[in-house]
Amino acid sequence: MKRHVILGGTRGMGRSLARKLVARGDWVALLGRDGGELEKSAADLRARGTPGVRVATAVCDLERPETFRPALEASEQALEGLDTVIVTAALFATQDQLEADPALAQRVLSVDFANTVLFCEEARKKLLLRGGGTLCVFSSVAGDRGRKPVVLYGAAKAGLSAYLEGLDHRFKSQGLTTVCVKPGFVKTQMTEGLPVPPFAGDPDEVADTVIEGLDAGTPVVYAPPIWRVVMGAIKAMPRFVMRRVNF
Amino acid sequence: MRVNERIGGWGRQFQPGHEVLTEDLEHAPRVLFRGLGRSYGDSSLPPPGNPVAVNTTRANRIIDFDESTGVLRAEAGLSLRDINLTYLHRGWFLPVTPGTQYVTLGGAVAADVHGKNHHVDGCFGQHVTRLKMRVADGRVLECGPDLERELFLATVAGMGLTGQILEVEFPLRRIPTPWIWQETERVPDIDAYVEKLTEAAHHWPMTMGWIDCLSRGKHMGRGIVMKGRWAQAHEAPDSFPGELPQPRLPFEFPEFLLSPLTVKAFNFAYYWKHLPQKREGLTSPWTFFYPLDVARDWNLMYGRRGFTQYQCVLPREAGPAAARRFLEVLTARGGASFLCVIKDCGPESAAFLSFPKRGISIALDIPVRDDTQALIDALNEQVLKEGGRIYLAKDAYTRPEHFRAMEPRLERFQDVRLRWDPNLVFRSAQSVRLFGDPA
Repeated sequence: MKRHVILGGTRGMGRSLARKLVARGDWVALLGRDGGELEKSAADLRARGTPGVRVATAVCDLERPETFRPALEASEQALEGLDTVIVTAALFATQDQLEADPALAQRVLSVDFANTVLFCEEARKKLLLRGGGTLCVFSSVAGDRGRKPVVLYGAAKAGLSAYLEGLDHRFKSQGLTTVCVKPGFVKTQMTEGLPVPPFAGDPDEVADTVIEGLDAGTPVVYAPPIWRVVMGAIKAMPRFVMRRVNF
Repeated sequence: MRVNERIGGWGRQFQPGHEVLTEDLEHAPRVLFRGLGRSYGDSSLPPPGNPVAVNTTRANRIIDFDESTGVLRAEAGLSLRDINLTYLHRGWFLPVTPGTQYVTLGGAVAADVHGKNHHVDGCFGQHVTRLKMRVADGRVLECGPDLERELFLATVAGMGLTGQILEVEFPLRRIPTPWIWQETERVPDIDAYVEKLTEAAHHWPMTMGWIDCLSRGKHMGRGIVMKGRWAQAHEAPDSFPGELPQPRLPFEFPEFLLSPLTVKAFNFAYYWKHLPQKREGLTSPWTFFYPLDVARDWNLMYGRRGFTQYQCVLPREAGPAAARRFLEVLTARGGASFLCVIKDCGPESAAFLSFPKRGISIALDIPVRDDTQALIDALNEQVLKEGGRIYLAKDAYTRPEHFRAMEPRLERFQDVRLRWDPNLVFRSAQSVRLFGDPA
């Protein structure tokens, strides 16, 4: 039995992931900004989990860094320990929306990069203090290469991926396992309204892939896995091609 | 409307349109709700004038489960499969399930689905104790058999036209083991088939069967009757029956694969595969309940033009020979179908538009060809003669005048519907086609 904290576990991929974890008997603390939603999701997990499963909740808002430490501490207490911290939460907006609205751009850039990193720093300290653990963070394939439709969002995710790689290099020997998840296009509420590209994933399938990576401690997990190949091809494209194509 | 987007039912006949995916049904756009899209025709498709439907499948949280009574309350997008995977190994099962588990709770209520136990347990809606809904004026309210009863009876089997179903509450049922004891029997013709099926209903809680609907003459309607019940502890192994792998059809099959010859060969093989006259033994609930889930995307088999399903019920008053008369009309037109499913139904439910009633239900797949409309018309005329009716969740081709003639209950349904939705906010492609709604 493992004890996981999931920031963003009420929705989308985080919801699928939390369900699969409790179904195999793990304990989960859900972190999120809306107390009502947290309670609803906790009830769902308790109804699905094996008997005796423990599900805790704590309010934590990526836009309010002062909530980070108390939420992690409350979770650690409620679960009587902590093995994994998972971050699936993020803000998303299209390139057009971000270009048109600098305030929105600031929010997205702060939440997806600076604040996520600050949250990870708190989590890292907590896990190292316990002698080690796993930090699993959802970055994005958008961070693999600067591209027309994700200039700003992709930049924040690129920063996040770089940070996670650095963590892995620096703290692996001290017992901190870092898993950077790079979801491709996944059909969730977050991507609602966007044109669906080929190889689009489903949150439940992504959750299976992530759990595999989590258990194995894989440093970089593409989900669905085919996106490793897709991004490999995109990264190999010369600049003059990238200037012309629209993806 | 976004460009290049299309939306279709399980029969893969597409129209322009798209779905909105949301986890928060209470604040979703006020348009038709749609679940996993397993209805075959146009009942889950939006009206052409406003081609948007809300996809509910991400609103899939369990709200409460009472281990002592089995009462489950959940968001409407929760699938029956999800319920089975969660509760079967804990000794609970759905009170009623259709032949696929890829159905949402909201869809199960809206189509008032039925299953192999209809002759004893009725439709899904007869087990529902509460619905939480959002109606056309934006109010969120609850209804049930004892609360806003008319709205409830219009919503069950109401094809999503009375409002948006947000949450569903109903009891799961305790099962002795997760295994099924099954008996199957090969029967030489339609008359013997109907007799066996009616007879089996007295002794078995679950019955259904398959008939060959191509053979004519003395083999007409030969088939296999299946009967089942939950196995008792002393009959069943201790192991848990795992869900079977579901290979995915990789692509749309070309139409020539589905010639009368291949269908004939399939029907012949299916019948004679059951070599002994009678077979009995344990089987897994996945195999028993969900023949439609052996392969994912099996609807691609019918090729580019897609297919339609035709399901009708022939009332008991029409007599045991009604099934034979129906098959005569069908086979005379060479109506090709892989599986023709036939089942006896119990009494009609109180829900205004619920499909089943006492009699024999016949369901068949029909690949779309140039003469499909004519075939459906001929079948509908025959069903009208017998006093039967069709199942909206399958239909894409019935003419409004045929439908009205089959459905004296429509007026009452429309009365209640209009009381809650005077401006017809909730419409579907099907309600435009059959109920006379504005596009």
